[in-house]
Amino acid sequence: MTTLTRPTPSVGSALDRVEGVEKVTGQAKYAYEYAPDDLVYAVPVQADIARGEVRSVDADAAVKLPGVIATIWYGNAPRIAPAENAELSVLQSRRVAYRGQYVAVVVADTLENAVEAARLLRVDYDVEGHDVELRADHPGMYRPEKVNPAYPADTEQGDPDEALAGAEVVVDEVYSTPAEHNNPMEPHATVAVWGDDGLTLYDSTQGATAVRDTVAPLFGLPPGNVRVVSPHVGGGFGSKGTPLSPVVLAALAAKHVGRPVKLTVTRRQMFAVIGYRTPTIQRVRLGADAEGRLKVIVHDAFEQSSRIREFAEQTTTPTRMMYAAPNRRTTHRLVRLDVPTPSWMRAPGETPGMYALESALDELAVACGIDPIELRVRNEPAADPESGLPFSSRNLVACMREGARRFGWAERDPAPGIRLRDGLLVGTGVAASTYPVYRRPSRATATALADGTFTVRIAAADIGTGARTALTQIAADALGVPTGLVRVEIGDSALPDASLAGGSMGTASWGTAVVRACEALTGALRERGGQVPPDGVEVSADTAREVGNGERYARHAFGAQFAEVAVDPGTGETRVLRLLGVFAAGRIVNPKTARSQFIGGMTMGLSMALLEESVMDREFGDYLNHDLAQYHVAACADVRDIEAVWVDEDDPHLNPMGAKGIGEIGIVGTAAAVANAVYHATGVRVRDLPIRVDRLVR
Amino acid sequence: MRPFSYLRAQDAPSAVATATGRPETMYLAGGTNLVDLMRLGVAVPDVLVDVSGIASGTVEETGDGTLLVGAGVRNSDLAADPLVRRRQPLLSQAVLAGASGQIRNMATVGGNLMQRTRCPYFQDVTKPCNKRLPGTGCPARTGENRNLAILGHSDSCVATHPSDMAVALAALGAIVHVEGADGPRTVPMPGLHRLPGDEPERDTVLGQGELITAVEVPPLPFAGRSRYRKVRDRASFAFAVVSVAVALDVADGIVRDCRIAFGGVAHAPWRAETAEAVLRGATATETEFARAAEAELAAARPLPGNAFKIPLVRNVLVRTLADLAEAS
Ligand SMILES: Cc1cc2nc3c(=O)[nH]c(=O)nc-3n(C[C@H](O)[C@H](O)[C@H](O)COP(=O)(O)OP(=O)(O)OC[C@H]3O[C@@H](n4cnc5c(N)ncnc54)[C@H](O)[C@@H]3O)c2cc1C
Ligand code: SF4
Repeated sequence: MTTLTRPTPSVGSALDRVEGVEKVTGQAKYAYEYAPDDLVYAVPVQADIARGEVRSVDADAAVKLPGVIATIWYGNAPRIAPAENAELSVLQSRRVAYRGQYVAVVVADTLENAVEAARLLRVDYDVEGHDVELRADHPGMYRPEKVNPAYPADTEQGDPDEALAGAEVVVDEVYSTPAEHNNPMEPHATVAVWGDDGLTLYDSTQGATAVRDTVAPLFGLPPGNVRVVSPHVGGGFGSKGTPLSPVVLAALAAKHVGRPVKLTVTRRQMFAVIGYRTPTIQRVRLGADAEGRLKVIVHDAFEQSSRIREFAEQTTTPTRMMYAAPNRRTTHRLVRLDVPTPSWMRAPGETPGMYALESALDELAVACGIDPIELRVRNEPAADPESGLPFSSRNLVACMREGARRFGWAERDPAPGIRLRDGLLVGTGVAASTYPVYRRPSRATATALADGTFTVRIAAADIGTGARTALTQIAADALGVPTGLVRVEIGDSALPDASLAGGSMGTASWGTAVVRACEALTGALRERGGQVPPDGVEVSADTAREVGNGERYARHAFGAQFAEVAVDPGTGETRVLRLLGVFAAGRIVNPKTARSQFIGGMTMGLSMALLEESVMDREFGDYLNHDLAQYHVAACADVRDIEAVWVDEDDPHLNPMGAKGIGEIGIVGTAAAVANAVYHATGVRVRDLPIRVDRLVR
Repeated sequence: MRPFSYLRAQDAPSAVATATGRPETMYLAGGTNLVDLMRLGVAVPDVLVDVSGIASGTVEETGDGTLLVGAGVRNSDLAADPLVRRRQPLLSQAVLAGASGQIRNMATVGGNLMQRTRCPYFQDVTKPCNKRLPGTGCPARTGENRNLAILGHSDSCVATHPSDMAVALAALGAIVHVEGADGPRTVPMPGLHRLPGDEPERDTVLGQGELITAVEVPPLPFAGRSRYRKVRDRASFAFAVVSVAVALDVADGIVRDCRIAFGGVAHAPWRAETAEAVLRGATATETEFARAAEAELAAARPLPGNAFKIPLVRNVLVRTLADLAEAS
C-alpha cells in the first residue's frame, strides 16, 4: 500500500467514461461480435396469425437449401422446464398467443442461408378469431392482484365520490397514450455456447445475474453452470431487463444442433418479441376549491396484457404520492388480448400516468385561473399522502422555482392561443416529474493488488448509462485513492451477483455493495499495516441485510419540466423550441453522464409527446409500423434547445452515496409539459398522444 | 437471402437488352429503396443490372434554358446544383426535404422517380396487397390509411407515391427520357406515374425493361418564384404527410400564371390543374387561393383515417400561395 493521502473525492466530478476510448475505437465488444469456433446462425420464424395453433411445419424446401443445419419447432424442439413467465417457454407448445410470436427457428452455416431457409419454412395453422383492441369498456377488464412491481391495484382514502360531488371546481377528462416500443440502438442479441460444464451466453442484457438465474432452471442446470457475459450493451430502456424469448431460443437452438449459435432480433421482430409500453386509457377526476386546493383525486387506468402473461403497468402509482388531497382513489384495470406481452419501458407507470395527471393539473390551473406552478405549490403534501411516512427529501417546489427563474416563467401571459411569432403560435407549459428511489441487494468484491491498484468486481450492467464510470468514482472515494488506480469489472455473471440495471436503482444498489466492499478492504489493509501481500487481498460484501432493514421513509426523486412549443396554425405541425428540466435527485455522482441521462430521458419524452405510436393493426393483430422509417423517434432536428440542471439535495436517508436514481425521471412529465405548452400556444387541449397534425389541423 | 446475379451495365442499350423480356431482372441505382425491399422479400429479383455507372451523372443546360438531368445524378448533387437553385428553387427544396443526407448522397434521380410506395401492407410480405400480389386484396382500405391517398384512388389500391422530387417535377412539367427495346422515347410529367385503377401493380407507364436515362426540365421563367412546402410528422427524415409544389407569377395583384402539384395525396404526384385554371387571371388574394384549393379538392374522397388531409392540403396551399404572392 503506497498511497495513503486522500485525493480529492471523485464523486461529483465529470469523469469521462472509463470505457470511452474502447467504445469509439471499436474495441468494446457487444454480444453479437463474439465469434466462437464452429459458430452457426439462427433465424427465428414468427407466427403470422394472431391466435390459434401451429398445425404443422413443412421444412422440405428449407432443408434442401445449402448450409441448413436444422429447422426446429414445437414438434422437434428440446423440452425445457416450465417457466413462470410463459414468454420463455419458446417452442414448447402449439399455441400461438399473438402475431409475431416465435413458432420456429432455422439454423444454418451463414446468416444469409438461415434467412432464406426461414423464409421458405411453411407453417400451417388452425386459426382462431382474435381480439386486439383495447377499450375501457372491454368486458374482459379485471382488477389484477397487484401492479408492477408489487403495488396494490387499487387504493382509496376518504370518500372520493362525495368529495367530487361537493367540489367547487371539477376536472373530469380522459387521456390516452398509445403503445410505444423501445428501440435501443443495439438490437437484442445472443451467442449461445454449450460446453462440458454448461452454457455460456454472450448476451445483450441489463442484468447478467438475472439472465443466468432465469435461463439455468429452464435447462435443468444449477445457476453455477450458466455464465452470462455482457460487458457492453447498446441501450435497453427496460427491454433488456427481464430475459425474454430470444435468449432462450438461442440456447435451445444451440443445444439442438450441438454448436454455438448466434441469434439477433431484427428491428422488425423487436416490435413483437421484446415487449413495449402498454397503451393506456386514463380517466382523471380532480375536485378542488376555487383556490385550487385539491379535495379529491381519482385516477383510473385501463391497460392491456397478453394471453400468456400478466404484465400490469403501475400507471396510477405516482398519483398516490404527488399531491395532498384528503380523498383519493386510484385503480388499474387490465384486459388480456391476443397481443404481444408488454414489458418495461423507461419509467414504466410513471411515464403514462404522469402524462395524464400533469395534464389534468394544468386543466385545473386553467379552470381556477391560477398559475400552474402556484397550483402545485398549494398542493404540496407535508408527508406521503398514502402512507403518512415522511419524505426522505422532497424538492419539487425548489425545482419548480428554479426552473421558473431560468425559463423566464414570470413573464408568461396565461391566455391561450394569442402569441404569433413568425407566423407560428407559441406557448409554454410546465409539468412535474417524479420517480421512486429503489434499492436491491447486491454483492461485490474489492481486491488490493501488490502493484498498488485495486479491482472491484460486481455483475452490474452498463447499458450506456455510465454505470461503470460512476462505480469507479464511488470505489475510488471509498478506498480513498485516485480513480486511475481502480479497475471496475462488470457485465459478467461470474462476478458477484448484482441486481439489474432497471428501476433507476443501479447506482444505489451496486454503489452500496461497492462502498461496503471497499470499506471492508480498507479495514483489512489497515489490519495488515497497509501491506499488500504478493497475491493481493480480497474482501467481499453483501448488502442483503442493509437493504432489507432501511429506515421508514417515502423516497422519491422529483423534477420540473418546462417546454416551449411552436405550432403552425395552418398545418398543426408542432415543434419543441425549448425544453428545460430541473431535477432533485440526491447527490449527482457524475454531472456529465447524469446530464446525458436527463436529456436522454427528456428527448424520449418529447418523442412520446409528438411522434411515437405503435399502430395496432386490427385485422392482422400486430404492430404495423414495425421499423424506424415508420415508427418515428425524435431526430436531431426535433431537439433544438434542451437543458437539464439539478438542485443540490442532501438526503441522508438513502444510501452511502446519497444518490437517487436518474435514469428514468427525465422522461416523466415531459409529454405533459409539451401538451400543456400546445394548449397554451393554440387553445386546443390534446388529450391523446402523440400530438400530430391530424389532432390539430382544422 | 435469395441468391441473385449482379451485372454492371456498360451503356443504356446493353442494360435494356439484358433486362427486356426478363421480368425477374431489375435495375439497381443507389439501392436505397431496392435493397431494403429485397431484404424484406418484397422485391425478389434474380438479376440486378447496376445502372449507376452508365446513366449520366450530370446536369446540363441546353441552348434554350432547358436543363437535362442525367438519371444517375445523385439527389444531393441535383439539390445543390446552382442553376437548379436559381431557376427552379422548388425542385432543390423538394429534394432536400426528402430522406436524409446520407440517403440523398446515394439516391439517384432515376431511382427516386421509380421508388415504391411506403404503404405498410405493401412492405410486409406476410399480408395481402394488390400492388405486391395482384388479386390478394387491399387491407389498407379498411386498415391503417392515415398516410394514404385522398385523390384518384381505386377499390384495388389507395397507396400514395412517396417521392418529393417527383412532385416538383410534375409542377414543372418535366419530360422523362426513356430507353426501351425499341429505342428512346419521352414521357411527360405528370404522366409517368399512373393512378392505380385495377392494375395497382403498375406504378408507372414504363414497360418492362424500360430505363430512365434523363429528365428534361423545360424553362419556366416564373419558376424563380416557387416553393416546395412539405408537412411531416417529424422535423426531418420523414415522408410527407402532404406536400405542395407551387410556382406563381403575379403582376399588379393578378395571377398571370401558376403551377401547382400535391404530394402525399395520390398514387402519382397530383398536378392541380383545376386549381391552376381557377387562379389564372384571378386576383392574388387568400379568398381566391382558398377558392382554387377547394375547387381542386372537391374531387377528394378521403379514407376513414385521413380526412384531415383535405383541410391540411387546403391550408398549406393557401399559405404557400400567399407567401409567394407577398414576395412578388
Ligand atoms: C428511411 C428513408 C426515408 C426516406 N425519405 C424520403 C422522403 O422523405 N422523400 C422522398 O422523396 N424519398 C425518401 N426516401 C426514398 C429515397 O428518395 C429513395 O430510396 C431513392 O430516391 C431511390 O433512389 P435509388 O437510386 O437509391 O434507387 P434504387 O433503390 O436503386 O432503385 C429504386 C427503384 O428504381 C428502379 N430504377 C433505378 N434506376 C432506374 C432507372 N434509371 N430507370 C428505371 N428504373 C430505375 C429500380 O429498379 C428500383 O425499382 C427515403 C428512403 C429511406 C430509406
Ligand atoms: S393501398 Fe395499395 S399498396 Fe397498400 S395494401 Fe392496398 S393495394 Fe397494397
